[in-house]
Amino acid sequence: MTPPPVLSVRNLVVAIPSRAGISRPVNGISYDIAPGEILGVVGESGAGKSMAGNAIIGLLDRPAHIASGEVWLNGNRIDNLPPDDLRRIRGRQIGMVFQDPLTSLNPLLQIGDQLTETIREHLPMSAAQARDRAVAALEEVGIPAAAERLNSYPHEFSGGMRQRVVIALALCAEPSLVIADEPTTALDVSVQAQIIALLRRLCRDRGTAVMLVTHDMGVIAEAADRVAVMYAGRLAELGPVRSVIHAPRHPYADGLMGAMPSLSIGQRRLRQIPGAMPRPSRIPPGCAFNPRCPRAADKCRVDPPPTLADDPQGRAACWFPMEHPA
Amino acid sequence: MTAFVEVSHLGRSFDVSKPWLNRVIERLPRRNLVAVSDVSFQIEEGAVYALVGESGSGKSTIGRMLAGLMTPSEGQVRVAGADLHADPSARKAAGIQMIFQDPYASLNPRWRVRRIICEPVVVAGGETAGLAERLLEQVGLSAEDAEKFPHEFSGGQRQRICIARALAANPRLIICDEPTSALDVSVQAQVLNLMSDLRDELGLTYMFISHDLTVVRHMADRIGVLYLGRLMEEATPAQLFARPRHPYTQMLLAAAPLMDGRTREIDLPKGEVPDPISPPPGCAFNPRCPFAVDLCRKERPELREFGGSRVACHRAEEIAAQSAA
Repeated sequence: MTPPPVLSVRNLVVAIPSRAGISRPVNGISYDIAPGEILGVVGESGAGKSMAGNAIIGLLDRPAHIASGEVWLNGNRIDNLPPDDLRRIRGRQIGMVFQDPLTSLNPLLQIGDQLTETIREHLPMSAAQARDRAVAALEEVGIPAAAERLNSYPHEFSGGMRQRVVIALALCAEPSLVIADEPTTALDVSVQAQIIALLRRLCRDRGTAVMLVTHDMGVIAEAADRVAVMYAGRLAELGPVRSVIHAPRHPYADGLMGAMPSLSIGQRRLRQIPGAMPRPSRIPPGCAFNPRCPRAADKCRVDPPPTLADDPQGRAACWFPMEHPA
Repeated sequence: MTAFVEVSHLGRSFDVSKPWLNRVIERLPRRNLVAVSDVSFQIEEGAVYALVGESGSGKSTIGRMLAGLMTPSEGQVRVAGADLHADPSARKAAGIQMIFQDPYASLNPRWRVRRIICEPVVVAGGETAGLAERLLEQVGLSAEDAEKFPHEFSGGQRQRICIARALAANPRLIICDEPTSALDVSVQAQVLNLMSDLRDELGLTYMFISHDLTVVRHMADRIGVLYLGRLMEEATPAQLFARPRHPYTQMLLAAAPLMDGRTREIDLPKGEVPDPISPPPGCAFNPRCPFAVDLCRKERPELREFGGSRVACHRAEEIAAQSAA
């Protein structure tokens, strides 16, 4: 029997009302993340991947709001909780890692104070206990001489070390879910590899579920167990990383893989997808991808795409998914 | 036969000392940041030469010196036989243009596209009638776009405008500093294809600066790997990716995500790039290098020919023998 999912998102819709009408940057996405699993959420800018992450943790900026759908965390519904209850869940049950480690740390506070403050906010501990816990958290993410570094300020760390501190901060209250939004985008490749390995190890050792939001398919390929490909606020494809990379079923996922230089070695030209992603306010009727899709038929211009469950393989939201010989 | 671009012993340092008064009161020495140190390479006409490196490796500084936007502290750049920095007319004659990383910052938001594209020609006093329209079509936009402002375009379209502007001056060499780093993958593919097409059509020479190994592998005829302002290795893409000679290149390739969908338990890179103000003595990579010996900590290795590559490593032969065994 599979364990119950840590996070379960059902038909989540984020709406932004404006004078021109209501736009839906996230339009009906559903997925589960199991304990110890890393789900990669990939998409190009404007696909709604960060907006989905922010909606789950209740950090949408007005006037954006959850218009419909449900978010369940460890069996409890959290999308309709009052802000104060949500604030207690953030940090305690959901840890967050953002792209720029410099802006997620307070530059005026020593990192020891930031860690102990977070720990004591969420866990009943004395100052001394919290301090020991902070040292343990820093050691766990691989910061050498952790006890001495407690008194350092964020600017005294290098970029990679700073991102480790942010991860320590996200994990110090032992959350069951971590949402990492572009955690390696600001880092060099060699440091990126270290951070990915760290995330994988923490996930495996503690059974933490991770939602890894990134535009970088390479990071997903290295880190994630399953990947969700988003396009214009919807899930185009959701499946195991290897299958989605090597045998994509949705034409958008297929186009995305063809455009990757690393998958086109020895080819003179990269495959390109014509056009650009539509803005959330100008999503075409039917399937959002139909104007750019090489397989689009009349049906695609009229009817919204089927759900993932309608696909025999349960992966692609497409009327005419691509078949790959086994 | 000399190469089209010849860079010899190029070096650039920046003075990052505190102000004079602080130095006197606090008794601080002058501090120099050596961004580029003793870099030599050649680019054949019509080739794509790529420089890769992590942040702080000096790749953009080299690009700026090649474009003539910055004067070298040491060494020289010769383009088509003329010394770029000694001879003021050489830069114009060589026809060098540049494409920058951020297509949002490199276009004047108050100018119409026509004026942006024609600017290099106007400065040179040339004829601009119909030029913007022709170039816009050449880069895959439409002639009517000449009347629009930059904010009306997406990131990929703006980068096409930057390319059109670079082409306006009939350049022979285009320096591309991370031209697709700000773009999404599908748009990146469009821009890279366009650049390849233009190179074939117009016989352009590119100097391509990027941190992305996969892009460089796709585009380049020859790749130079930079670390802390020094050229560590130089080879063709096939050679570099199949048989990396320098331990730094090996580390970089191991760290870069492979899209094979398998999770690898690799030897993780150790540490991070050191502070360029006080680089380690000897080989700059020695503190992170698994093969470092005393010699590496004392003496800086020269870039030398080895097995089809050029590599700056004292122990290249031993490392190659080890990995073959």
